[in-house]
Amino acid sequence: MIDALIEALGLGRTVELLALSPPGWGGNLLRGLVASIQIALGAFAMGLVIGLFGAWGKLYGGPVTRDLLAVYTTVVRAVPELVLILILYYAGTDLLNRALMAVGYGRVELSGVVAGIGVLGIVQGAYATEVLRGAIQAVPAGQVEAGRAFGMPALMLMRRIVLPAMLPFAIPGLANLWLIATKDTALLAVVGFAELTLETRQAAAATRHYFTFFLAAGALYLTVTLISARLFGRLERWARRGEPDVAGAR
Amino acid sequence: MMRAGRPAMRFRPPPLGEFLRPHRVVMLLILLGIVAWCALNLRWHWLPRYSDLALQGLWRTIWLLALSCFLGFLLAVPLGLAQAVGPRVLAVPARAFCTVIRGTPLLLQLWLIYFGLGSLFPQYPWIRESELWPYLREAWPYALLALTISFAGYEGEVMRGAFKSVPRGQLEAARAMGMPRLTLFRRVWLPQAVQRALPTLGGETVLQLKGTPLVATITVVDIYAVTARVRQDTFIIYEPLLLLTVVYLMIAGLIVLFFRWLEGRIPQRLG
Amino acid sequence: MKTTAWMLAGAAALALGTAAQADTVRIGIAAEPYPPFTSPDAAGNWQGWEIDIINAICEAAELDCEIVPTSWDGIIPALLGQQIDAIMNSMSITEDRMQVIDFSDPYYNTPTVIVAPKDIDITPTPGGLAGRVLGVQVATIHQTYAQEYFEGDTTLRIYQTQDEANQDLYAGRIDATQADSLAMEAFLESAEGQCCEIKGAVEHDERILGAGVGAGIRKEDTELKEAINRGLAQILEDGTYDAISEQYFTVSIYGN
Repeated sequence: MIDALIEALGLGRTVELLALSPPGWGGNLLRGLVASIQIALGAFAMGLVIGLFGAWGKLYGGPVTRDLLAVYTTVVRAVPELVLILILYYAGTDLLNRALMAVGYGRVELSGVVAGIGVLGIVQGAYATEVLRGAIQAVPAGQVEAGRAFGMPALMLMRRIVLPAMLPFAIPGLANLWLIATKDTALLAVVGFAELTLETRQAAAATRHYFTFFLAAGALYLTVTLISARLFGRLERWARRGEPDVAGAR
Repeated sequence: MMRAGRPAMRFRPPPLGEFLRPHRVVMLLILLGIVAWCALNLRWHWLPRYSDLALQGLWRTIWLLALSCFLGFLLAVPLGLAQAVGPRVLAVPARAFCTVIRGTPLLLQLWLIYFGLGSLFPQYPWIRESELWPYLREAWPYALLALTISFAGYEGEVMRGAFKSVPRGQLEAARAMGMPRLTLFRRVWLPQAVQRALPTLGGETVLQLKGTPLVATITVVDIYAVTARVRQDTFIIYEPLLLLTVVYLMIAGLIVLFFRWLEGRIPQRLG
Repeated sequence: MKTTAWMLAGAAALALGTAAQADTVRIGIAAEPYPPFTSPDAAGNWQGWEIDIINAICEAAELDCEIVPTSWDGIIPALLGQQIDAIMNSMSITEDRMQVIDFSDPYYNTPTVIVAPKDIDITPTPGGLAGRVLGVQVATIHQTYAQEYFEGDTTLRIYQTQDEANQDLYAGRIDATQADSLAMEAFLESAEGQCCEIKGAVEHDERILGAGVGAGIRKEDTELKEAINRGLAQILEDGTYDAISEQYFTVSIYGN
């Protein structure tokens, strides 16, 4: 039945090309997708950590910390990711190793995955700083003050009060960041990392079926986007549990 | 479903007197020191040889950016309108278009348009006979198309919200006055929607700027491609990238200033 | 926040797990396919003449090699930035490159040719290419040569991969491409390649086109250079080199 349909639509060749096992290239695309998601997850997590400290520093840090963070977020948000990736990818490893040597450690060898996560993580961190700063500011001051009044140490205050309270405000922004992270992994193709876009390019070049493979890769990216959107929607509902339903409020 | 636009960005620096606090003066001095160190200790001898090429590249980046934003915005208006109030026949394709564009990487879209379309040409010999062929041979039309579509996808989403947020009362009032539908759109609805979208437009344009270097991968010689060429010719790696960073920072700064000026010119009287 | 903690732990484990051993020699090749020298198959394995040669040299020199794909455009920065230890991807030994990196002995040498559609009259000279659009791959001797000899009267288009230049030659968006004769052989034999033919070799310029292809190595890595030279000498002598070449080419590619 399905075979007949494929035949009728003239998609036989496409199915052959996209088959999961060789000589089809579908397996390569899926491997690329896994690599992309792996890097996106790592970069997103790293961005969250940087963002958390960045937001804290921007809100409660000294004037120098605040200005340095402003420089960081401004530069990262104004300079193309592609340029940042090139700089961080080539210079970053070099500088890291020199720094490690200077403090007496041996050099480390960074794999493509780690370098990719590091580079995109730094980019994500800048956006996450802004998102989380906005979310923390949206937490009613009274809640934080109440915590302080009970003599909570700063870390506990953050963990018990600020983080849970800001989550509903942060999730939409973080969802966007996640989508940006998945799409930015495509840029690693330009530095030769075998993620989805590069695998697609290789498959397309080897078979000369550019249209088929780029469309297939597009469908994969879109699937990831749509599924993540669902998950984040659910996460937001969970974070907002127990909140009164304020119609019209945003 | 959750709406996924890119995070808006706006810079609002304080006035100068407030800006130059003691620690900032020290930081500026350190920055000047770093700049001076870079100027003196790094290799810049290649600069004069490539300055012409760099200016041409810069110009190409700027007009690609400006034109794609302009055309993209023109496309975004019907896209937003169709999603906000259009009948299902129009709203569904418009929404699908925005979702697809925003759900896939620009690099992939660019390659699909350039190499995908290119691979179809030989099957249709008449394309080479057509009058458009001299343009189809060049790379920039594809770059412009991809960037325009991308901008339209993101901005279409913004315009959808903007059209929806115009108070209904105003539209009803205009209709009660007997205003024809087209005049109502032109005089009341569109201006108010654009005004609401304007604050995000600056941020979207900066994001578009960040997408432009990707066109170098389809042989368009923009400012990024020129730096790549310097790297290939001279094997000097970091200096051109450093300069490129400064150039993009400056363009982004100019975009932000331009939109602030634009916003200032439009009176803020929202209903 | 548990999820974040898990993700972090995952990232950390990944970082530790994937850090390569220090004593393997990481041979850098371009992540973009360059048939018949290096190209990935549908199973994701790299194959081709150069891959076989790399394996043979490493085995002969008793090196523990690992093939690391990186972008061609940034392959020298990757070598200098210690992401790879050697470049073995049809990189010609040229004076320009010798200023920043060192090379092993050459392991093949073939002429540089101009390929164009059969119905276009083109000769591989500056005059013959005037007014035409010539495609070359980025960061190759062909780019340097075309910039030196053809740019100006000829419009240059710089591609990330030779495959993409070939694709545009087939699509008609460029009039000709300059590339290595062997690399073009595979294209000319394919269905798309029927459009085109070799119009002749460009005039040789040793300074730009170099003296054959060698393995690129950091200048301070003399030990690795000697090991690769030793391995190369051995496979040339014991016939492994010829045995591998026969599988891919009809003519000898070692050069003189």
